[in-house]
Amino acid sequence: MDEIMSKKRTSFFAIFWGILALLYFFLPIYGTLDFSLRMERGILSFKAYKIIFADPRFWEGFRYSVTMAVITIIVSAAIFVPTIYWMYLKVPQARPIMEIITILPFVIPGIILVFGLIRTFSRPPFQLTTSTFKTDILMIAGYVIISMPYMFRAVDVGMRSIDVRTLTEAAQSLGSNWFHVLADVIIPNLRLAILGGSLICFATVMGELILADFLVRPALGPYMVRLGLTKAYEPAALAIISYSLTWFSLGLLQFFSSRSERQKQQVITT
Amino acid sequence: MSQMFATRQRKLWREYPLWNWVGLFPFFIFIVFFLVLPSLRLFTGAFTDQEGGLTFDNLKVFQNPNVLKAYIMSLQVSAITAFVGGFFGFLVAYSITQGGAPRWMRNVISTFSGLAANFGGVPLAFSFIATIGQTGIITAMLKKACFNLENYGALAQFLASGGVNVSDITNVCPLNPYTYGFSLYSLSGLVLAYTYFQFPLMILTITPALEGLKKEWYEASTNLGATPAKYWRDVALPVLMPSILGASLLLFGNAFGAYATARALTGGSIPLVSIYIGQQIRGDVLGNPNEGYALAFGMVAIMTLTIVAYSLLQRRATRWMKS
Repeated sequence: MDEIMSKKRTSFFAIFWGILALLYFFLPIYGTLDFSLRMERGILSFKAYKIIFADPRFWEGFRYSVTMAVITIIVSAAIFVPTIYWMYLKVPQARPIMEIITILPFVIPGIILVFGLIRTFSRPPFQLTTSTFKTDILMIAGYVIISMPYMFRAVDVGMRSIDVRTLTEAAQSLGSNWFHVLADVIIPNLRLAILGGSLICFATVMGELILADFLVRPALGPYMVRLGLTKAYEPAALAIISYSLTWFSLGLLQFFSSRSERQKQQVITT
Repeated sequence: MSQMFATRQRKLWREYPLWNWVGLFPFFIFIVFFLVLPSLRLFTGAFTDQEGGLTFDNLKVFQNPNVLKAYIMSLQVSAITAFVGGFFGFLVAYSITQGGAPRWMRNVISTFSGLAANFGGVPLAFSFIATIGQTGIITAMLKKACFNLENYGALAQFLASGGVNVSDITNVCPLNPYTYGFSLYSLSGLVLAYTYFQFPLMILTITPALEGLKKEWYEASTNLGATPAKYWRDVALPVLMPSILGASLLLFGNAFGAYATARALTGGSIPLVSIYIGQQIRGDVLGNPNEGYALAFGMVAIMTLTIVAYSLLQRRATRWMKS
């Protein structure tokens, strides 16, 4: 009897805190959505969205950030996939040090990293701020560093789930060289892991503010801040657009990973 | 345990020669250029003078009242949000793991926690402005909940007979947070906004520990006559303590390094260290670039301490989860 009572009480307690958490999650999003639709007095309209989509600076920022995100993903995958593959195959004792290095961007706050990057690369011998192209190289490097913890972990987990050694030896005994082992055997097996890392990379770069702000490049982040200083309704609309982008990329990830889960199960059952 | 690790490492070294490390060089070169070099620049900058000689004078920057204020403010914000977010997050995590919340609620909360923990940044600030800023939707709703004491005749008469000036309390809006000194653009607002990404992080980090609480422990202690309160005090909390402390440290560090949300929300009117460093990058507000490096160095030192303590606690915490 006592136990039944306590069970009932805990479940009320659980629902109370659960509802509070849901409210905390969704009220601000609902508030933003509602606010973004109220630009015209008395009616709901998409006016704030129309203004943003008609603003060439928004599209400039969007294009720039998407381009940067795609290049970041390519560079990041090009660095991490071969490195982690090599680590699994040839230097497993490097794992602890690799784990520490790749977690460093969590320890060093973004603002500090940018501070160091700017002061290091704004003067010789490694000056990278003399042209916009060179600055963009610095931007990409910074983005790769910032998204490194996600990319490393995604590829690492993917690599752990396949038998790297057997696959490599099998491919080599069939006459593949290193490049073909990586390109035709390892990477196809890592598709999902790389996709996962890439999507988080994408979301990170699209929302990043500090790097672009201090290197004065036309990314989406600084555009948002500037809009926030002068406008009332457009920032809310922009926040909704930004959320949609993030959710779209993470939803895509969810979709692909659940599909591959199902495929795996089909293979097992047949 | 550590001996086992050492022998395993020694065996690995024999099997995989040093030469193999060459394959990791491209990665290391990238890291040296874009992570080690910038960090070294800050570090050496913090301990050299304008001419390049070794000095500890730059640390005097911490005697600057503005710098001190910024550090205190940052530590305060981080501690408050770690505590508020940690406490709230713990209760929610408990509810969805042990507390018997409905399944759909569990799924929504755990999925959304992963999203919200990475939410930060400028859009979050905009959301809070649109929701609970001066003209926000929720603020407007709360402002509308007013009443005129004159409409409550009996109560007004009663209060008037008690010597209260009734005309002072006409049109009272008891729910409007702005009448109680709340402002989204101040410390309280910053705490409210930071909690949005802090408590989901708590849920994510504490859930594995809560799932590690075995049912048998509860059954054993109740069989031995313990009340639920005694079970919590003597069994569950001691087991969970390292995880709770570790997660709180993680939250602390998370808030300490944050920049974008504070910048977009308050426009830099709240003096946080991260905001101060931003101003130092823009234009040398301290008048001495090396003192700027010392400022950054202090921030890294605090973050490092936090994360090291976190990982030590985490190691202690996993002891219970392995078996």
